[in-house]
Amino acid sequence: MHGLLSLLIWLPIAAGVLVLVLGDRNIVIARWLALLASLATLALSVPLWRGFDASTSALQFLEKVPWIARFNAYYGLGVDGIALPLIALTAFMTVPVIIAAWTVIEKRAAQYYAAFLIMEGLMIGVFSATDALLFYFFWEAMLIPMFLIIGIWGGQRRVYATIKFFLYTFLGSVFMLAALIYMYVKGGSYSIADLQALPLTLTEQRWIFFAFFLAFAVKVPMWPVHTWLPDAHVEAPTGGSVILAAVMLKMGGYGFLRFSLPITPDACRELDLLVISLSLIAVVYIGFVALVQQDMKKLIAYSSIAHMGFVTLGAFIVYQIVRATGGGVGAGMGLDGAMVQMISHGLISGALFLCVGVLYDRMHSRQIADYGGVINTMPVFAGFLVLFCLANTGLPGTSGFVGEFLVIIASFRASFWYAFLAAVTLVLGAAYTLWMVKRVVFGPVTSPRVAALKDLNGREFLILGVLALAVIGLGVWPEPLLRVLQPTIHHLVSQAIATKL
Amino acid sequence: MNPTTLIWIPLLPLLAAIVAGLGGRWVGRHGAHLVTIAAVAVSCVLSLGVLKAIYFAGVPAFDGTVYTWLVSDGMRMQVGFLVDRLTTLMMVVVTFVSLCVHVYTIGYMRDDPGYTRFFSYISLFTFSMLMLVMSNNFMQLFFGWEAVGVVSYLLIGFWYTRPSAIFANLKAFLVNRIGDFGFVLGIAGIAYFTHSLNYTDAFTAAPHIAQALIPLAAATSVNALTLICVCLFIGAMGKSAQVPLHVWLPDSMEGPTPISALIHAATMVTAGIFMVARMSPLFEYSEGALSFVLLIGSITALFMGLLGVVNNDIKRVIAYSTLSQLGYMTVALGVSAYSAAMFHLMTHAFFKALLFLAAGSVIMGMHHEQDMRRMGGLAKYMPITAITCWIGALALIGTPFFAGFYSKDAIIEAVGESHRMFAPFAHFCVLAGVFVTALYTFRMLFMTFHGPERFRDAPAPDDVHGHDAHQEPGHEHGGIPHESPWVVTLPLIALAIPSVVIGALTVGPVLFGDYFGKSIFVLPANDVVTKVGEEFGDWLPAALHGFLTLPFALALAGAITAWVFFLWRPALADAAARRLGWLRSLLDHKYYFDWFNENVIARLTRGIGMVLWKGGDQGLIDGALVNGTAATVGWFGGVVRRVQSGYLYSYAFWMMIGLAVMLGWFLFQAPP
Repeated sequence: MHGLLSLLIWLPIAAGVLVLVLGDRNIVIARWLALLASLATLALSVPLWRGFDASTSALQFLEKVPWIARFNAYYGLGVDGIALPLIALTAFMTVPVIIAAWTVIEKRAAQYYAAFLIMEGLMIGVFSATDALLFYFFWEAMLIPMFLIIGIWGGQRRVYATIKFFLYTFLGSVFMLAALIYMYVKGGSYSIADLQALPLTLTEQRWIFFAFFLAFAVKVPMWPVHTWLPDAHVEAPTGGSVILAAVMLKMGGYGFLRFSLPITPDACRELDLLVISLSLIAVVYIGFVALVQQDMKKLIAYSSIAHMGFVTLGAFIVYQIVRATGGGVGAGMGLDGAMVQMISHGLISGALFLCVGVLYDRMHSRQIADYGGVINTMPVFAGFLVLFCLANTGLPGTSGFVGEFLVIIASFRASFWYAFLAAVTLVLGAAYTLWMVKRVVFGPVTSPRVAALKDLNGREFLILGVLALAVIGLGVWPEPLLRVLQPTIHHLVSQAIATKL
Repeated sequence: MNPTTLIWIPLLPLLAAIVAGLGGRWVGRHGAHLVTIAAVAVSCVLSLGVLKAIYFAGVPAFDGTVYTWLVSDGMRMQVGFLVDRLTTLMMVVVTFVSLCVHVYTIGYMRDDPGYTRFFSYISLFTFSMLMLVMSNNFMQLFFGWEAVGVVSYLLIGFWYTRPSAIFANLKAFLVNRIGDFGFVLGIAGIAYFTHSLNYTDAFTAAPHIAQALIPLAAATSVNALTLICVCLFIGAMGKSAQVPLHVWLPDSMEGPTPISALIHAATMVTAGIFMVARMSPLFEYSEGALSFVLLIGSITALFMGLLGVVNNDIKRVIAYSTLSQLGYMTVALGVSAYSAAMFHLMTHAFFKALLFLAAGSVIMGMHHEQDMRRMGGLAKYMPITAITCWIGALALIGTPFFAGFYSKDAIIEAVGESHRMFAPFAHFCVLAGVFVTALYTFRMLFMTFHGPERFRDAPAPDDVHGHDAHQEPGHEHGGIPHESPWVVTLPLIALAIPSVVIGALTVGPVLFGDYFGKSIFVLPANDVVTKVGEEFGDWLPAALHGFLTLPFALALAGAITAWVFFLWRPALADAAARRLGWLRSLLDHKYYFDWFNENVIARLTRGIGMVLWKGGDQGLIDGALVNGTAATVGWFGGVVRRVQSGYLYSYAFWMMIGLAVMLGWFLFQAPP
């Protein structure tokens, strides 16, 4: 179906504008329109998935029209095996955000829905752009709605958080733009495929690598440029946190796979230890930090950083595997693990933030100490929260296991110690997640406010139920996802281990 | 063998768990227990059918795939079953004990508000355990391994309002995760060498892996197979509660008694033993790993048994006994006597489940009192419980003719035949352990069922109050004990029968015969079981000879000592405790393992977290670098009086300038 990708991008954006026009005076219509638009986008991702040919690494659903002729920039769209699952994740996670806001957001509600719909379109644009300038356009444009979401509907320190968030991500992406312009000047094209084929000297690759690295490392985020994330999460409204954790962080991982590995393979080979070290620091160091958090959202934010460490580890372990074993066997497993980890983390962290939102809506507190014995008054909710927390600890049978398992197995090929440090997450992840469960969910009722809690309503049950099914489904049978990834990952490995020199 | 039948064996309990768990509101209490009991009963019958086919009819082992879980980089990970004689033994034990426990639960949990939830959990456990034992690959093994851990976590914390219960379940999960940490590394090692997770590929490659090295540092390499096997065994140490990862098992007694019998005695805790036996083709090629196994098992067998002598909580005494018996099984694995370990696993499953369920019956009869100091003389009031408990106890201490005799004696003799490193130490431990076992077992019997009736007395001042009490409204302490209803006594009798006869019936084929066939692999040089078997006549002469051996004398001495100290002259026990104050203190503090974990490891971990958070994230990164940069920019802006610090556009402005400078530099550098 031609134009499907454009539809996926512009349908939610157009609906968002319409919602904005309807405004708070027609909030009932606006709200239903927002829900329908997000459902329609999700429905459109079905033919995208079904029409995708999983036997090839070639870009599909291609669209290409001249955009800025002067700079030889095109409005070019297309998907391959690594973009497709992320687009589906974006479409999937926007729906619960809209539903979760239903009666909760009272201030400027229409603008809230509009911001999420527009952001959904822009994020799908990021994953489907085949032209680097278009990619950059979506990448930056997407920041605006998120900036507004945190700044308008955020918590007490929202101004500090938004500025920190904006500056960090903007700082990173500015360097990426510089790198893209440099390559355009050199090769005369913004097409990502052309950039991947562009011959570059090692020195050039090093500069470009660092420029990309700044942009993507901030987004992931990697230690030590991660401190904006806990602040942004704490101040963001529930929906903002969900999209931030579920989709936006993935753009960093996507960037590494789409730009860093294929465009600067030699620099990646030379500097892979830097990325691997930072990834392992994220797993271990951040695991310890997560342990002592007193704010549930901060805890989940730190947990996100640790989990995203597996993404960057899985992506850059390729070179160490080749170096240690002298061949490419098993190198793709790290990348497979990275991709599965991104999708899984999107579902689990999104679900966890929605769970915290459920509690926050009732008690207006995120402090672990204010809770205790929630299971007594909210048994159904407690069941969901325990499930998602167990998934967060990487329990087999849930999606959280698959990616971590693949990355640990792949790391062992490179070195016993990489696998050893990565596997520390089994202990630390369980410790920080289940200690929170113990203090929030279990125990006797600790306060009259907990005693007055009401269990999930139908709307909340629906979204958590669907997410639970997704988390378990992906854990029990990840093969459909892996099948889509396979040819693209295979191609990516060959690009990454090739040399441009 | 029909694969469909095999799929239904684990699937039925899973479906029942879903029905009882999610549909509890609709099916009600009756519906919940009917559907779960029916499911596990059918599974049990099907498992017996598999046993019949595979042992009596000689059907070959089944090794097949159910579905492909994923394919990554050419490595195919599947869900599949390997059903050979080793697996079949476990399937029968698991489903049979589970069935008994299901029935027993009707009585035990009668008044509990979490009745349907409990049935859902134990059914889910049965599913997980069956997936673990029936697996033909490491991925599914790990799935079952973690899934039984989660159900155990949920069940230890079943009474979630109790602080002690939710402390215990978190502790159990975390300690097990330390084991799983090793386990997953072992699995990764297998995948590294075979590019496969199937057992058969790993077993075929074992001699080859035994020649390989894994570099750990610049100049240090270790034998690959030893590293892998030690890593796998660390997993077993967590699950099967071996020192020093044993600390969770005594605390797990916070859970309801039926699951103490099912999970923390008969099945889940034996998963580690089963796993090592299953991996015998790997362990056999690593002398180093087996010596490590032997050492850990010996320490556990003796020193954990000693703790049973000083505890007053009836369930905890049995828990320490379980630790000690798991140590025996581990010792057997360590001397390559895998079949002896599996044999003891089976007999132990019956008599230890029996002991726990009998203890549960006592607890019910005592109106939810667990402290043995407040029992005594119960045999008069609960005859069926007392008799079955005696049977379990006699089996446990290894009385000739009882099930435990055959399995425990085989282990002791196998250790005697072994020449492996630590074997003399292990031999001392298992022999001394026989005395200790008899001592704590008879102490428990005497304090509970015989002697003066102390349940009318006022509670002792240091009374650690009844653990199962809180969920039971309407029950008062200090009433006259009563015998339990038939749903409780029937499983006791059902377990008492195999506790007596299963050893004599099966010792021939299982231990010395060809029962295990190719499912357990032993190198000829390590084959101590065959050596023991050469002296073994038949079950009857073996039992008669048993009365003349050193283990029997030690057990008798233990029983007499218990009689002297705890029945005939209780004052002597107090005097001895005063004389050996340091020992008493050491045992009362459980060798200070808990103290060390809570005060050193847990504190250190939280301390590191605080330092990294406050010092690293907030102090160094945010304080010095990020906000420091902002301050510098602000200061600079203030100096040039162009922009005002603290506003977004000022920072953006500076970035733009930086960008322009950089771009200019790039363009200047770039070739035309």
